[in-house]
Amino acid sequence: MLAELLQYLLSGLTIGAIYALAGLGFSIIYNASHVINFAQGEFIMIGGMASATLTASGVPLPLAILIGCGGAMLVGVAVAKFAVERARKASTVTLIIITIGASIFLRGVAELVWGKDFKRLDAFSGETPIQLFGASLQPQSLWVMGCAGVLIVAIGLFFNKTLTGKAMLATSHNRLAAQLVGIDVKRVVLASFALSAALGAVGGAVVAPITFSYTEMGIMLGLKGFTAAVLGGLGHGPGAVAGGLIVGVAEALGAGYLSSAYKDAVAFVIILAVLLFMPNGLFGKRGTERV
Amino acid sequence: MNRILHGRLTGLAVLGAIIAVLPVFLTNNFYLDVAILAGFNAVVCVGLNLLIGYAGQISLGHAGFFGIGAYASGVLVGVYGWPPIAALLAGALFVGALAFAVAKPILRLKGHYLAMATLGIGIIVSIVLRTESGLTGGPDGMMVEPFKLFGVELYGEKVWYWVVGVLLFVVVWLSLNLIDSPMGRALRAVHGSEVAAEVVGVDTARFKVMVFVLSAVFASVAGSLFAHYAGLITPAKADFFKSIELVTMVVFGGMASTFGAVVGAVVLTLLPQALTVFQDYQQIVLGAILMATMVFMPKGLLPTLAGLLPSRRRA
Repeated sequence: MLAELLQYLLSGLTIGAIYALAGLGFSIIYNASHVINFAQGEFIMIGGMASATLTASGVPLPLAILIGCGGAMLVGVAVAKFAVERARKASTVTLIIITIGASIFLRGVAELVWGKDFKRLDAFSGETPIQLFGASLQPQSLWVMGCAGVLIVAIGLFFNKTLTGKAMLATSHNRLAAQLVGIDVKRVVLASFALSAALGAVGGAVVAPITFSYTEMGIMLGLKGFTAAVLGGLGHGPGAVAGGLIVGVAEALGAGYLSSAYKDAVAFVIILAVLLFMPNGLFGKRGTERV
Repeated sequence: MNRILHGRLTGLAVLGAIIAVLPVFLTNNFYLDVAILAGFNAVVCVGLNLLIGYAGQISLGHAGFFGIGAYASGVLVGVYGWPPIAALLAGALFVGALAFAVAKPILRLKGHYLAMATLGIGIIVSIVLRTESGLTGGPDGMMVEPFKLFGVELYGEKVWYWVVGVLLFVVVWLSLNLIDSPMGRALRAVHGSEVAAEVVGVDTARFKVMVFVLSAVFASVAGSLFAHYAGLITPAKADFFKSIELVTMVVFGGMASTFGAVVGAVVLTLLPQALTVFQDYQQIVLGAILMATMVFMPKGLLPTLAGLLPSRRRA
């Protein structure tokens, strides 16, 4: 009984860690440019596919992850530079369509490069489950939670302790004022895309042994990441992380106790309920509108 | 005022003429079929354009409403033996009520939160359709009986072409009237600046809810008729990608332009047919076209083209 609950919690926290990374990616880009980047899931896919296919052709795992990460960052910067920045003054709807176009484009390229079939990546340190109060934990889950934890702390330090991070925060608060004190806001936007892409790609690589990699793996992961970001209050970093973990755990509990067929609906039911009662998410500030 | 009335009537006349003349060029059933699909998409897009283009609100879940209409017709007629027109009305009524129930609280939200909420509704609808296979046939979809009214059965592409043509004409006419009504002016004010609109006494929430309900009902009716026409519906017609496709059609054709929405629906329905020659590159080309249109013509196709023409207004 308790073991069962623990089992669901563990699998929920594992997938929740990936949602948290994706949600953090959404928030970072939203803060820098007020764009909802629907290609966030494709960064995850690039990370997963690159590490799976590269290791299969003999590249050592850490190098494969690094290459996937670098590739995703380049793609992220390219999307920012050639699509998003050029449509700077366009409406919200237009910007959303641009990133959706980018995600379709990237999936098309990925299908061409890697094919449509599922790719397998071996678990990083074996598949002997660890027994924990009657629940069993895959070692890969520890990798997922560990990597996500380290990245989240690193991002937190980056934004609060480094000059570049502070410049990015300043831009999110007031773009014009940031520009006036000499921050190159265009580079901030590019950096935010690169950072989010890196987060997504590492997430994709560590989760690949659990979910398999395929070109459409990023769609649902990306949408759930968006849910996590909105749940925590869009643009609120720690909120996005909490949102991701909440969505992951709720999903695992829903699948375990209610219905596994409706697993994917859980996140969206939660977000609707939260939006009805707390329109700004769990941790978002109540916004006032400039006229 | 005269100009607006004039432009509106010319536009309607042109649309009517195109619908009337087009069958001459549609020499086989495949062409007719593509035209009918474009027509159904156009009906949904004209409604969605009211929401996106005039109320400045985005819905990423409109395919869900289309799907509810389609499955209401499929299930009520096929399983429970309702008359098709009653099923269509029941579907539209249900969608209207659902849209109203969620719209009131959700349309208070701005920008991305609304996108999130409608996205959620759409995905939940498509998961329900996939899962409740006892009624809906699950992922494989279900067969739908033909549309019968007063004992007459609508059958064949030629008949359906005229059904869709008339429906589109009526929907466009309704929308143009709505846009030029006091409510339309209020809507444009909401799009321009919601706060300013509220200050001058526009009940913005009420208008947004009305438009959202109306556009959802358009989608539901189109879904019901589509189900009868196609004879087979699948949950794919209600999923996230269909919703994105619909929004893209509106934005591609030109936001805040009813005829733009029609043009966008027609072009993007034809595009995948044309893109089949690219085979493996189809997605890449589609994605590239989406991005390029939005980057280089952020206002959409029709308004951009209209801007290139020498303006009659100055004359």
